[in-house]
Amino acid sequence: MTASPTAPAVRPAAATAPAVRTTAVVTGLGIAAPNGLGTEDYWKATLAGESGLGRVTRFDPSQYPSTVGGEVPGYVAEEHIPSRLMPQTDHMTRLALTAADWAVADAGIVPGDLPEYGMGVVTAASGGAVEFGQRELQNLWSQGKEYVSAYQSFAWFYAVNTGQISIRHKMRGPSGVLLTEQAGGIDSIGHARRHVRKGVPVVVTGGVDAALCPWGWVPQIASGLMSTESDPSRAYLPFSAEASGYVPGEGGAILIVEDAESARERGAERVYGTVAGYAATLDPAPGSGRPSALRRAAENALADAGLAPSDVDVVFADAAGTPELDRAEAGVLEELFGARGVPVTAPKSMTGRLLAGGAALDAATALLALRDGVIPPTAGVAEADPGHRIDLVTAAREADLRTALVLARGHGGFNAALVLRRAD
Amino acid sequence: MVRRVVITGLGVVAPGGVGVKEYWELLTAGRTATRAISFYDASPFRSRVAAECDFDPAAAGLSPQEIRRLDRAAQFAVVSTREALADSGLDVSALDPSRIGTSLGSAVGCTTSLEREYVVVSDGGRKWNVDHEYAVPELYRHFVPSSMAAEVGQEAGAEGPAAVVSTGCTSGLDSLGHAVELIREGTCDVMIAGATEAPISPITSACFDAIHATTPRNDTPESACRPFDRTRSGLVLGEGAAILVLEELESARRRGAHIYAEIAGFAARCNAYHMTGLKPDGREMAEAIDAAMDEARLDPTAIDYINAHGSGTKMNDRHETGAFKRSLGDHAYATPISSIKSMIGHSLGAIGSLEIAACALAMEHGVLPPTANLHEPDPELDLDYIPLTARERKTDTVLSVGSGFGGFQSAMLLARPERSAR
Repeated sequence: MTASPTAPAVRPAAATAPAVRTTAVVTGLGIAAPNGLGTEDYWKATLAGESGLGRVTRFDPSQYPSTVGGEVPGYVAEEHIPSRLMPQTDHMTRLALTAADWAVADAGIVPGDLPEYGMGVVTAASGGAVEFGQRELQNLWSQGKEYVSAYQSFAWFYAVNTGQISIRHKMRGPSGVLLTEQAGGIDSIGHARRHVRKGVPVVVTGGVDAALCPWGWVPQIASGLMSTESDPSRAYLPFSAEASGYVPGEGGAILIVEDAESARERGAERVYGTVAGYAATLDPAPGSGRPSALRRAAENALADAGLAPSDVDVVFADAAGTPELDRAEAGVLEELFGARGVPVTAPKSMTGRLLAGGAALDAATALLALRDGVIPPTAGVAEADPGHRIDLVTAAREADLRTALVLARGHGGFNAALVLRRAD
Repeated sequence: MVRRVVITGLGVVAPGGVGVKEYWELLTAGRTATRAISFYDASPFRSRVAAECDFDPAAAGLSPQEIRRLDRAAQFAVVSTREALADSGLDVSALDPSRIGTSLGSAVGCTTSLEREYVVVSDGGRKWNVDHEYAVPELYRHFVPSSMAAEVGQEAGAEGPAAVVSTGCTSGLDSLGHAVELIREGTCDVMIAGATEAPISPITSACFDAIHATTPRNDTPESACRPFDRTRSGLVLGEGAAILVLEELESARRRGAHIYAEIAGFAARCNAYHMTGLKPDGREMAEAIDAAMDEARLDPTAIDYINAHGSGTKMNDRHETGAFKRSLGDHAYATPISSIKSMIGHSLGAIGSLEIAACALAMEHGVLPPTANLHEPDPELDLDYIPLTARERKTDTVLSVGSGFGGFQSAMLLARPERSAR
């Protein structure tokens, strides 16, 4: 037995520790959204203001006060997912695996060419794989425990997308799963950048969510924030005078966040942009009398990027769709940028709010906007409520875009902000 | 200047007792808190044993409003947060709230409340289109377990970054690792960090039954969890929470805080192999241990106690024994190892934080908790697993590991901050 040493042997610093902060860039995107499956279909529809919202078909919504949702169109799982994975995956995980496949291919990454511990996976989650979970709860309670799937132990849980993506692409590096409700997409990208800065060359990140089943629907009704408008073109009108709540959707985006240097070395085909700044905050307890921390999240993300509000060319808003929450966000934007001081848009008006997928899709959309120099519209909203003194973009607008700010809020008080810059 | 992170406060809700004092007494006595499931009629299940907490939320200081609003796991977390803050002696009101963050691990979130409410709105599983008219207002909070991190953060007056970290059974180590990173990178000076889980419910029993992960040893529930024993037959579900106050070393020293230990190294890897299976060689766990030692700049020979994952499944105990040998070489044979899951069961996402709390207490008191129920060593497992009885030993460097569904492998090192400077 070795005696307990009081001064343990000290090893030299790890050779892999980066001496300076590396730049994290986005080199690949994979998108599954209610108004388009695949990046270019989604982007084309989004610029055209084509909404993916409609009466829900994945279950019969007629008994519920809310009936409108955003469903991903034309997704045939068998075309994308190996048959052995079908029984162990929910619709959510299949969409996530597909988006991850596309993102990895878009980035031109061949996992076998990179060190196995040099690739990680960080995804956002919200309520897990709800439809799978509902089916197994029903099997248990209506038939008995023998009818519960052997896959239930992991197929529904919050870590499932990260686990399945890492297995599929043999990515063994630092990985994770973050839950901050709708803000999770930004937090996962911020965390991916953290890993890149610590020396992991490639991190697959973002979020894809899907809860369009009764057991995913009823909790959202209970939140009191969902729109009860049955006309899909009027159900989710963020920042409008007619804002009446939000519409849920499914899908999201997977992004490849990569160390700029190693992307260059491996000859990455494209760089969509740089993850220049990130910050997250938590609101104080309701009733504490202290102000919301959304503004501080935006300010900290800009400071992290070394930028001022005047450097921001477009804001992708959280756009909660309820009058009170819209007012709070518009107020923060006015404080930061002045009245109508920066173009503000909410393309999620065409997809609904995608839970853990929402902010990831906004980040992907912002990168496409930077790439093409065009701001996608907030569809269905003719003009912002005059009480919100923001320049709401209601038709696609061409602009010289260098810097985008993406904001997100998660139920319970989470705020997150991401600053993305165009690739030079 | 590298910012270093130390543990300055502990709060625990665990099977066998509420509070750090009762927790440590249980662990050092080698007493087990596993018993026949009492929360529901477990008679249909193959495994009917669990380590339940005798937790009275009102006696633990929660208000009627909190009791109604919070899932059991969130209740554990809030009670532990209060104990940890009091233990740290930190005057939160004197700090900038934006420099305090929250990181809470949980594998299955508010599953107990969700299942209870599911049964109501589905009329006992009869309706696919569950009935919103029977939904309680709290249902959405339970649906998104991120609500628990907001609750803990707001309880502590924290307005910095907050999140639930959910990586299955490594959540409790990964949430602490996340917190360490936020302090090191300079985003926060203080983190309220830890993990909570209250998974003992029929759906959890059913899914672990389905893959034979839990033990069928129902006749002797008090000795049902037998890590490293030849007769081990699976894990025993547990529940509980541990919340730690983490601070940047220099500011903790300046205020004269009591320092339990430094979190000197952390690393997480994936095996990218199988959602529930493990390879016996423990390669990815060994890689995580090596990376954590690199980060701490410590050699394997510095490690003088390992708190094992030790879940008590055939596969796990082989897997991590392989990993220890791979990473520590000959020193693995000289290092005492124990699994406290033998006493408090496996509380999924919470256990990693409960184990780090136990490691901090082991360093504090110079006592290593034992592996209970280890009467017949498995000849394949030939390390020193501290059978049955706690061992007095001055301990300066501790390794704790976790392994979880999804292929997650994590390792964390605690050390004394006064060891040779980097």
